[in-house]
Amino acid sequence: MSDQTNNNILDEVTKGEYKFGFYTDIENDLAPRGLTEDTIRFISAKKEEPEWMLEFRLKAFRHWQTLEEPEWAHLHHPPIDFQDIIYFAAPKKKPQLSSLDEVDPELLDTFDKLGISLDEQKRLAGVAVDAVIDSVSVKTTFQDTLAKHGIIFCSFSEAVKNHPELVKKYMGTVVPYTDNYYAALNSAVFSDGSFCYIPKGVRSPLELSTYFRINAANTGQFERTLIVAEEGGYVSYMEGCTAPMRDENQLHAAIVEIITMDDAEVKYSTVQNWYPGDKQGKGGVYNFVTKRGLCKGNRSKISWTQVETGSSITWKYPSCVLMGDNSIGEFYSVAVTNNFQQADTGSKMIHLGKNTRSTIISKGISAGKSNNSYRGLVKIMPGAINSRNFSQCDSLLLGDQCGAHTFPYIDTRNQSSIVEHEATTSKISEDQLFYCNQRGIDTEKAIGLIVNGYAKEVLNKLPMEFAVEAQKLLSITLEGSVG
Amino acid sequence: MLLNIKNLTVAIEGKEIIKGLNLQVNKGEVHAIMGPNGTGKSTLAAAITGREGYEVTEGEIWYKDQNIIEMDADERANLGIFLSFQYPVEIPGVSMTNFMRTAINAQREYRGLPPMPAGEFLKLMEEKKKLVDIHSKLTNRSVNEGFSGGEKKKNEIFQMALLEPTLAILDETDSGLDIDALRTVAKGVNELRSEENAFVVITHYQRLLEYIVPDFVHVMYDGKIVKSGSKNLALELEDKGYEWLKEHSLA
Repeated sequence: MSDQTNNNILDEVTKGEYKFGFYTDIENDLAPRGLTEDTIRFISAKKEEPEWMLEFRLKAFRHWQTLEEPEWAHLHHPPIDFQDIIYFAAPKKKPQLSSLDEVDPELLDTFDKLGISLDEQKRLAGVAVDAVIDSVSVKTTFQDTLAKHGIIFCSFSEAVKNHPELVKKYMGTVVPYTDNYYAALNSAVFSDGSFCYIPKGVRSPLELSTYFRINAANTGQFERTLIVAEEGGYVSYMEGCTAPMRDENQLHAAIVEIITMDDAEVKYSTVQNWYPGDKQGKGGVYNFVTKRGLCKGNRSKISWTQVETGSSITWKYPSCVLMGDNSIGEFYSVAVTNNFQQADTGSKMIHLGKNTRSTIISKGISAGKSNNSYRGLVKIMPGAINSRNFSQCDSLLLGDQCGAHTFPYIDTRNQSSIVEHEATTSKISEDQLFYCNQRGIDTEKAIGLIVNGYAKEVLNKLPMEFAVEAQKLLSITLEGSVG
Repeated sequence: MLLNIKNLTVAIEGKEIIKGLNLQVNKGEVHAIMGPNGTGKSTLAAAITGREGYEVTEGEIWYKDQNIIEMDADERANLGIFLSFQYPVEIPGVSMTNFMRTAINAQREYRGLPPMPAGEFLKLMEEKKKLVDIHSKLTNRSVNEGFSGGEKKKNEIFQMALLEPTLAILDETDSGLDIDALRTVAKGVNELRSEENAFVVITHYQRLLEYIVPDFVHVMYDGKIVKSGSKNLALELEDKGYEWLKEHSLA
């Protein structure tokens, strides 16, 4: 296709607008700007936390102060002024709610606008939601239904209050606060998030879901999610996120920890749609996330599925530590970058147990002037005999001003294991577009169709409720962007 | 008149391929366009359907009383112009069903109609599959992916049957087909022929025209139509070869 044609189509297709960019005027309780031990004491006090929690935060903070921001990722951004961020913002009306009537109507309205009804009567059957706005969880639905099965699904703050023994036992065991710069920061200032505990032998009858929304200005969001599935437990967990359109960058640094015991399985799906910034690259969320699962038990399984369309910068590597024999780790990812977005994302599969298996399927789609990198590590330790990994990293380029990069790291320390890596790079061809056009399908729809086809393998892994949303999102993100 | 091409000149990257071509097609007619390789037959099809990169430097293409040369390809398709591709394109991960449903609904939207209900669409698919003897498993596969040459061509006719165009251009639909597939394709086309539509059949060989009998045969050479006649012209051409044509065009 000629460059001219390419560019025209590109211009047209990148006109898509971010649809969740509104801001809700809610009275907020804010922490003073900046980060000191006082900020941490402030957050901890606001949350009426026990002493051990404050101690954990302070230890993390002191460690964070000794660290330098990592620079190895294929990302470029001006230095982040960590003293210019508000680390805690909570809607003033206290979210200690027994019924929906007590929720600020503005908040309910916000979630309605996002297409997430917190009214259990109106909810899609089969999905329980924990809604987190800025620094606090607003409402968790279907808690009673889940409790009947012994499942705990609540905000992280509630878990600290009501299930301290579980939080103490598992928090930081998969992602210790010493893990990396952003993990240390999160451990110091994290405000809320979701907690989920699946007891022995229980398969959750509902899909669980957390919906994150950044609303307040100049605020960072630092949530923490912890999921524990005891022996034979199963849960499918979904996470969605959006933010208002703002000119300044906002920081989001989260931690997700998953632990599965013998024969347990957790499926974790993400549709990440933080505000990506405007077409000139102004504003947008910096998304620095540490997600890791520990397959602790034999025959346990953790699967990550992510559709990443938002954020001006994405830095995340959902990983699996395959400790139990015969355990399985999976990572399915579609990452789309447009305009000036940058993504450095991938996975780590650490094989420790015997006969462990892992799969990585990564589909990168780059448009505009964006940069999209896959970074992955497959590490097979001496004891992980007869282990297997299969990795496939595909990149699709739309236009000639974007970049796609692949950084695979493979480290195999025994003779009996097999590691396979496949990679492809392709473009949407002018032939494909014309073929669609000739059948009456306009270029924008054609790109949506082709991109969804390209990502199908991953989209198929998403729960039904999410798959449709993800498909639409892919098309919208690339509206106005291809060649 | 359905299609009226006047003094058309088409260039690709500045190089003239079609050099002052005239063609008139009425509803209810089948026109065959023959000629040796590289004379601009496929370029003509691309120009009529509005492919990017095929620049109309002179002349006009009138279709249903409007000059369409400025129109985008998808709009022309929505006005009822269909091209059966010489080399159908693969679209991985997009099922035939999804593809055709998107196409039909795009065309319906253009005409101000609501999307076709799923049930009705599936019924329509079943009906049209029989027409070209296409396998059910084929429509569940990704568009043209892993199709044999013959399957791809049948699939083009299948799409044509679903979209019911007013003007269908068949670009070397016979190339690479064995005799059975050729018969199936021709049968499909013949069943779709009516007083309300027209076909332009581009082919090298007279063979296809035994099955799809044209009302007119045009011979292209060096970017122009150098001779037009009845179906007998195809036979004459087959008999005398394209060398005869060369002399003819120089005369």
